[in-house]
Amino acid sequence: MSINRRDFLKLSVAGIAIGAFPSIAFAKSELLKKKGQRVVIVGGGFGGATAAKYIRMWSENKIEVVLVERNKQFVSCPMSNTVLSGKRTIKDLTRNYDGLKKYGIKQIQGEVTGIDPEKQAVMLANGHLSYDRLIIAPGVDFMFEQIEGLNAKVADESIHHAWKAGAQTVALRKQLESMPDGGVFALSIPKAPYRCPPGPYERACQVAHYLKNNKPKSKVLILDANPDITSKKGLFTAAWNELYPNMVEYRPNAAVLKVDVANNTAKTEFEDIKADVLNIIPPMKAGAVAGMAGVVGADGRWCAVDFLTYESKVHKNIHVIGDAISAALPKSGHMATSQAKVCAAAVIELMQGQAPEQNPTIVNTCYSMVSDMESVHVANVFRFNAEKQAMVSAEGGGVSAKRSELEGAMADYWLENILNDVLT
Amino acid sequence: MIKKYLFVITCALGLAFPAIQAQAEVDKHARNLAASCAACHGTSGHSAGGTPVLAGMDKALFIGSMKDFKSGARPATVMHQHAKGYTDDEFSLLADFFAVQKR
Repeated sequence: MSINRRDFLKLSVAGIAIGAFPSIAFAKSELLKKKGQRVVIVGGGFGGATAAKYIRMWSENKIEVVLVERNKQFVSCPMSNTVLSGKRTIKDLTRNYDGLKKYGIKQIQGEVTGIDPEKQAVMLANGHLSYDRLIIAPGVDFMFEQIEGLNAKVADESIHHAWKAGAQTVALRKQLESMPDGGVFALSIPKAPYRCPPGPYERACQVAHYLKNNKPKSKVLILDANPDITSKKGLFTAAWNELYPNMVEYRPNAAVLKVDVANNTAKTEFEDIKADVLNIIPPMKAGAVAGMAGVVGADGRWCAVDFLTYESKVHKNIHVIGDAISAALPKSGHMATSQAKVCAAAVIELMQGQAPEQNPTIVNTCYSMVSDMESVHVANVFRFNAEKQAMVSAEGGGVSAKRSELEGAMADYWLENILNDVLT
Repeated sequence: MIKKYLFVITCALGLAFPAIQAQAEVDKHARNLAASCAACHGTSGHSAGGTPVLAGMDKALFIGSMKDFKSGARPATVMHQHAKGYTDDEFSLLADFFAVQKR
């Protein structure tokens, strides 16, 4: 396993902390006294919150579930591009975790500082949580170091990625509002795999929708590190050509290598692009918690799992779900919930000494808003293939025949239903 | 009327064969298959709006709808694509699962 320097530092720090921890003190620092079988879940996004609810529901409350999440509230990444056009506010996409209380999930708001796969414990600032099985749903972190001049501070302050819905989404909308008519909004897309394959192209539509109505002389320039549009290509190009003619310009093979923050300029291999708004979506990897657990694969980015249980290929009793895994599955919210349910069922079976489901069959449905009212989708069923030990696309999946307002309404219903399924 | 009889029969069977009833209640494969539908149709088919409520749906109606989506006889935006991904046996399992969910 190759580990990059940053992960190595993290591992050493965790190692020192654990090494210096006498076992009596360790027993005393247990945050919640463990009586029966316990699953700790780190990360309360689409995947983690779903796993928490379904383990309680399907085990008929027999298994204790502790859900650790650093944020007080849940903000939906899906549909957050519509904040840029003004169709929604970030408040419309924000939910609290109160709806999960009725399942008897123990919720802890806090930051995980380390994970000990040997002692089977999750460390927090004020103590630890022992587990029989751990599920991590760490989402993604950004590999800022791959773009010279970019870092987390710059992303917070000026060159936003807005690829985790929240403060940066609101800040990017403000930049759009302050942009002069005739200005350039440059959007940089990392090489696949990244969270939400069609998301950047949807964003181009939402930004163009705002500009068309407010600053019609402006341009959206897409700098794509990929050789072509990675998702729903025909539908997005049709939307750009028909809804926003001469406004959206697409450049393939245009990875941003460097940014000049002072001059709001992005540099590719071929050119320097000065923009009024620079929206750089950096390359991604599994969230930091995966590094703490030591379950990141040889690529230094994603976590390999067994698709019957989502148990890590590195450590026993640690399961990984959602965007952080290495799979031929789209990194989407719906996919994270589907994986969470397979994982929840398997964890219950394993803890009760039973064999997990051998034929997991899951679904992904993903809508992209191409205007304020119209949407397009991609939908697939995925099945476990025992020979390949992988999830593979079943027959019949595909994209919309054409964009429509009907699908725009379906996208709204999708959001309402999935948020209810995850959080209530 | 038929429903009433079925109810009586089911109750009688349940009393006489509690083990069989318990097994029928948790066909885990069917439950797991159905779980993915929740993103659009709500937990256990209890839609929060916009999409059909699958909880308590008549079995024949469910199977017939899925078969028509699969063949293209019934027009759809998304469901024809999902329906093609499942076998007829799976339609039946899903129908069984949703039919017994309380509305």
